Amino acid sequence: MTSQQRNDARPQLPLGSAARGYRGVIQRIAAADAGSALSAHELESRLIELGFVEGARVEVLHEGVIGRDPIAVRVENVTIAVRRREAMAVIVA
Amino acid sequence: MHLALVGTPNSGKTSLFNALTGSRQKVANYPGVTVERKQGGFVTPLGRQVSLLDLPGTYSLRGRSPDEEITRDVVLGRTSGEAVPDLVLCVADSTNLRLTIRLVLELKRTGRPLMLVLNMFDIATRRGVTVDVARLSEALGVPVVTSIAVRKGGTAELLRRTDEIAAQVPIPVQQNRWQPLTIAELRATQREADRIIAATIGLPAKPDTWTARIDAVVLHPVAGLAILALILFVMFQAVFAWAQPVMNLLSSGFTALGQLVHDTLPAGLLQSFLQNGVISGVGSVIVFLPQIIIIFLFILLLEDFGYMARAAFLMDRIMGGAGLHGRAFIPLLSSFACAIPGIMATRVIDNRRDRLTTILIAPLMTCSARIPVYTLIISAFIPARLIWGWVNLQGLVMFGLYAAGIASALGVSFVIKFFMLRDYAPAPFMLELPDYKMPRAGSVAIGVYTRAKMFLQRAGTTIFSMMVLIWFLASFPLPPVGATDPPIDYSFAAMIGKALVPLLAPIGFNWQIAVALIPGMAAREVAVAALGTVYAIEGGKEAADQIGQMLTTKWSLATALSLLAWYIFAPQCASTLAVIRRETGSWKWMAITFAYMLALAYAASLATYNIAYALGAG
Repeated sequence: MTSQQRNDARPQLPLGSAARGYRGVIQRIAAADAGSALSAHELESRLIELGFVEGARVEVLHEGVIGRDPIAVRVENVTIAVRRREAMAVIVA
Repeated sequence: MHLALVGTPNSGKTSLFNALTGSRQKVANYPGVTVERKQGGFVTPLGRQVSLLDLPGTYSLRGRSPDEEITRDVVLGRTSGEAVPDLVLCVADSTNLRLTIRLVLELKRTGRPLMLVLNMFDIATRRGVTVDVARLSEALGVPVVTSIAVRKGGTAELLRRTDEIAAQVPIPVQQNRWQPLTIAELRATQREADRIIAATIGLPAKPDTWTARIDAVVLHPVAGLAILALILFVMFQAVFAWAQPVMNLLSSGFTALGQLVHDTLPAGLLQSFLQNGVISGVGSVIVFLPQIIIIFLFILLLEDFGYMARAAFLMDRIMGGAGLHGRAFIPLLSSFACAIPGIMATRVIDNRRDRLTTILIAPLMTCSARIPVYTLIISAFIPARLIWGWVNLQGLVMFGLYAAGIASALGVSFVIKFFMLRDYAPAPFMLELPDYKMPRAGSVAIGVYTRAKMFLQRAGTTIFSMMVLIWFLASFPLPPVGATDPPIDYSFAAMIGKALVPLLAPIGFNWQIAVALIPGMAAREVAVAALGTVYAIEGGKEAADQIGQMLTTKWSLATALSLLAWYIFAPQCASTLAVIRRETGSWKWMAITFAYMLALAYAASLATYNIAYALGAG
């Protein structure tokens, strides 16, 4: 709760658009907006199972060679590799 | 007593399994699916016999893939033929508890007796992670033990607690309240897990930076790919070049053994059966062992170290474009040496559709066994000229054959992706990059040993029977007394070959080629010796030059080119087919591979022969 209020001043963006080195906090999951081949329900479930929940701190550590895709994101203390397309479902600030 | 190991993919479950069961492991498939079933046994300090099942790693019981469905079903006791586990051990990486604690909360709902095992506890302590085990156990409502799988005696507490729990007969089981979790419930359990962790676990003031530092290099756009290329090159060299001497040693050993039989037994059926059927058959299985051992040594080392996930990360875009999974590159690369360890290596691909696709295209990668055939024909029929001033024509043709193999593999993958296997949900690329860890020699050794044993037991038996069958076809019926033609002319193989001539004439094959292709089904390089046999040239494949010379007088260039095109695609390897059958668990995919490769071979030969003929090479 406090972390969300603190970040209200920062602009919200989808994690899929974040540049390397970005640090933020997850605000919400908008799975329907991502252009993934998965259903919104499935995408959101998988994201939560890997630790992408509201209030978790994220940092974009690395990006792939071709097209800056996929990205390696640290979520709290777990590092997850994900394509930018699926990462668009995670709104951070 | 039945125990099951559950955990997220990078929890060190396998090390724990190896530590508990040692080499007393059996690996098979769950009935009807390509999921591996790993079971082992051990004895507790109080003398209790325990059967331990290592279930596929998963982040939740939702069952998003066949592997995870197995984990879910075994834990819930839904799998027929599988005993319900008396105790479920949930294994966690102590430095990384967030996702596992959530899994524990989910597992609790199933009502099965549960115990949380905090593995890799030494690494956690070294990094400054403090765990209040008693409070954690209280908060979770589940017994908690620590373990260090890689250290001697590191599982002592686990064993002790297992005995304690087993002493309560019957072990209290609660109602199964588990249903697939809704999104709201998933969120709630993760929040609860985070809350429990905040209350009971102290994280170090300075987080460990080794992994980040190594990743800065390994995942660097330039350095990362260079390192990957280097590792792949070393692996390729190891399998291709370093395995060769051992394979040659084994091969000549078996030949010598065969020669011994030849010298000691009177000529006749028994001698032929033992020498050319049994010894040759067994030898053709054992000869694969060096390559398989080396491939799996590399794979297990890279996996335990944590590098495999990084390699998949680097390769994802490149492989994804061809419809392949990032993890397919090691199996496919291995297939350049031999498709058999390559196909066995597809176990690193979790997604079933991707694994199947990779298995289906692996045989198209130009394997080393094709080289003797290519060399025979190229050196005999392609002039040793330089074109464009500097390019060796023979080398160019060889390169072209390699390129055709790769291109066809990518093409078939594309076709499979878009036209077949459509009902399987695509797996998104969402992968945990675990912290780097030192691989442990003992665990890796057990892993390699288990794989080699699996190969011998599963594929070995099938390969051996196919070899005996081929020997039979090539040796019976025996030539009549006073026969002047080579003995093989009188065999079933020759009958089959001659019967196939009308089918093979359009692609330029004469009956001798047709007959040579039958024993040539045993392995690709056998075709060289088989052609020798058919044209009555002694010396087996050592006489390749001689055979080549003779062929130039008997075949047109068009026929030779047609045979080259045939060998790019044709499924001339009974061993590969046998391994495909074993790894996919059904005859169906083996038959499909055989059929599609045969079709491609015929089409390619047809086109090549007719084009070459039209251009005057007939």
